[in-house]
Amino acid sequence: MTTLTLTELKLFLREKSGPAFGVGLPLLLLIIFGNLPFYNERRTDLGGLTLLDTYVPILVAFALGMLALNVLPPVLAGYREKGVLRRLRTTPVGPVRVLAAQLIVMLLTAAVAVATLLLVARFAFGVVLPRQMAGFLLTTLLAALALTAVGLLVTAAAPGGRAANALGAVVFYPLVFLGGLFLPIPVMPAMLRHISQATPMGAAVTAMQDATNGRWPHWLALVTLLAWAAGAAVAAARLFRWE
Amino acid sequence: MSAVIEVENLRKSYGGTVAVDDVSFTVAQGEIFGILGRNGAGKTTTVECLVGLRAPDRGRIRVLGRDPMRDHAELTRWVGVQLQDSRLPERLRVGEAMRLYQSFYSDPADPEELLAQLGLAGRERTPYGRLSGGQRQRLAIALALVGRPRIAVLDELTTGLDPHARRDTWELIAGVRAAGVTIVLVTHFMPEAERLCDRIAVIDAGRVLVTGTPAELIEHAGRPTLEDAFVALTGRTS
Repeated sequence: MTTLTLTELKLFLREKSGPAFGVGLPLLLLIIFGNLPFYNERRTDLGGLTLLDTYVPILVAFALGMLALNVLPPVLAGYREKGVLRRLRTTPVGPVRVLAAQLIVMLLTAAVAVATLLLVARFAFGVVLPRQMAGFLLTTLLAALALTAVGLLVTAAAPGGRAANALGAVVFYPLVFLGGLFLPIPVMPAMLRHISQATPMGAAVTAMQDATNGRWPHWLALVTLLAWAAGAAVAAARLFRWE
Repeated sequence: MSAVIEVENLRKSYGGTVAVDDVSFTVAQGEIFGILGRNGAGKTTTVECLVGLRAPDRGRIRVLGRDPMRDHAELTRWVGVQLQDSRLPERLRVGEAMRLYQSFYSDPADPEELLAQLGLAGRERTPYGRLSGGQRQRLAIALALVGRPRIAVLDELTTGLDPHARRDTWELIAGVRAAGVTIVLVTHFMPEAERLCDRIAVIDAGRVLVTGTPAELIEHAGRPTLEDAFVALTGRTS
């Protein structure tokens, strides 16, 4: 299992697009937003926070979504398409452990991405660290689980690597929109805000913003994330084929 | 010689298409057993049932006395497989692939020795995506053998290999058999079957037409070579 995980990690780093999209791109967005004066003005409609303060949780969710929906599905669906999983079924380790190794690699990368975002935001742009850190980390973990489960569902539903790439993007962009990447959730119209709260990205961002402000995340947001994690995982397991 | 593989009345269909209608054969310990047939005859499906990748609709299969579906996990330790149409990640290097597959088994063979025997020495750092078709094929054979299997199932052993590599591979397979490994060889390349196989089952339209040594098949068909015998046996004008 160690050799398998290290091999998957090497392949992931060698591929370069995974680290670039999962860590580099969110960091780049943070640096761009952080340098725009508009994002650093305190705003009354955001409760005295700057736009950048509210964007750090969005970028954290963005990074998780990138990894779960745009990086993981093409890799796994590609393995299935190429017969990598089929071949592994004839060995003592079986294909389930490749899945596990991939999830470990994704989780490690997500941890690096989240830590980098929080620390760069704090030390380069003066964004305060989440005041309710335990709540923030719990939300991050649940969000990672929920989005990964959706990513596995995308993998299960897509016939091959290319299709998984396309389907992942089709799911990703509406989700990040509802997560507030283009329009912060607090200033969304009521209807859109309600829809947003029902999605994993919207629930995650709201809960993270609560934690950033020092409040324990609302239980409804956490339950929403858990429900997505469980529901999508069950659906993925039912749909998933090894070949 | 005891039987290590027993297949009785195997049947497998996909939807309405019957891939394997009724196949039976036994393979003795230490022999090289050939499965011959035209494209679409049911060879690969038979092999997939043998290694537990597909559940038969009907019939009984025993490999080392175990059921390939029910005892799948146990059999993976003893059966090495080379599959058709199964590739590796493009950026995985030859040496990494060998070390990875080596890590799956408790008493593996020496990867370097295997690579050298298959003419892949010095290719350890080459990514899979940059290997030629023949090199990929040889790597697949190395991966099938790295776990020191008791049975090696090789689907299309030398397809895509040049004559030199083919002969080297035959020599390797003969050597592996000499070490006591039972080998199931799927092929439609007659010189290979003639050269390597102790016994052959000719499969056509999902059924075994005839089983025997290469010499017996030639005699049975009344033709000068195995290839002529095969064409005569499986030739349909439809």
